[in-house]
Amino acid sequence: MSAVDTEWPLWEVFVRTKAGLDHKHCGSLHAADPKMAIQLARDVYTRRQEGSSVWVVRSDQIVASDPADKAMYFDPMEDKVYRHPTFYVLPKSVDHM
Amino acid sequence: MTASIAIDRTPRQQYLLRLSDTCLILGQRLGEWCGHAPILEEDIALANMALDLIGQARALLTHAGAEQGLDEDQLAFLRDERDYLNPTIVELPRGDFAFTVLRNAMVSTWLRLVWERLRESSDAELAAIAGKAVKEARYHQQHAADWAVRLGDGTDESRRRCEAALETLWRYTPELFDDDAVDAHAASTGLGPAASTLREPWLAEMAEILGEATLATPADSAFRSTGKRGLHTEHMGHLLSEMQSLQRAFPGGAW
Repeated sequence: MSAVDTEWPLWEVFVRTKAGLDHKHCGSLHAADPKMAIQLARDVYTRRQEGSSVWVVRSDQIVASDPADKAMYFDPMEDKVYRHPTFYVLPKSVDHM
Repeated sequence: MTASIAIDRTPRQQYLLRLSDTCLILGQRLGEWCGHAPILEEDIALANMALDLIGQARALLTHAGAEQGLDEDQLAFLRDERDYLNPTIVELPRGDFAFTVLRNAMVSTWLRLVWERLRESSDAELAAIAGKAVKEARYHQQHAADWAVRLGDGTDESRRRCEAALETLWRYTPELFDDDAVDAHAASTGLGPAASTLREPWLAEMAEILGEATLATPADSAFRSTGKRGLHTEHMGHLLSEMQSLQRAFPGGAW
């Protein structure tokens, strides 16, 4: 058995604090399978009443953008302020937009 | 050193203390894993469960103590060994991880059954404590049962360790289901179930867990442990000296 085989896979943990809100990434943990990952996520990340729902995803299943692409991907948006809806006047009754 | 307190030994008090001390002493034993569990995540899980158990013990000790003018800390930390009424199984040293997992499976299954029945207690406060605790016990049972399956049906080594732990622990389980005058009182007043009535459901659930873990249920033995009557193993004194030292040295010390 190689050294890699003795290491449990890594899982990313997403916790929803209350119904209606979205699941937020809060960390990662090692677990042998999905069931264990969910239980350990509950134990590690919802100890202070943070959770009403938990998702776990194998970290190696996440496809991420390459940091080297940062300039190409994200910098061109810098000068396109018209994409922000800041030119509208909101009615007073709408709070916290 | 602070002197020990004396407790009432009414059947009602004994019934409450048997349950509170089961939670308290198992919580203390589980706490010994803090910083020593096989993986970080499990370390946190065991500490969580220890804190659940200590929380349950606190509620019960507060409730029991109110009737004799004692607070939870006095009852938790200032009794003599023979005034602790936990069944022996929870005071046994923490052992290896297989031992802890199987003990948790046995005790949490038992506690879950107890709490379920206590929700209908004639004592409204006890029923309320049970309503909260049963949720915690359900999780403890699932957590332990999952590990029992992983280890029992795991590698040669994990299986060997499970079999050894099961062999040792099983002899201490009959004590959980032996009735005496305390149980007769609890059953007749509606305080809670007599110990013997939980035996069949407990055996059925354990058979299911052990079956899935591909572990054989050990044969019954004539041995009877006596912790819930206050007669403990040599391990109890060591556990108490550690658990009590702070409160004995700093009476009334609080966070």
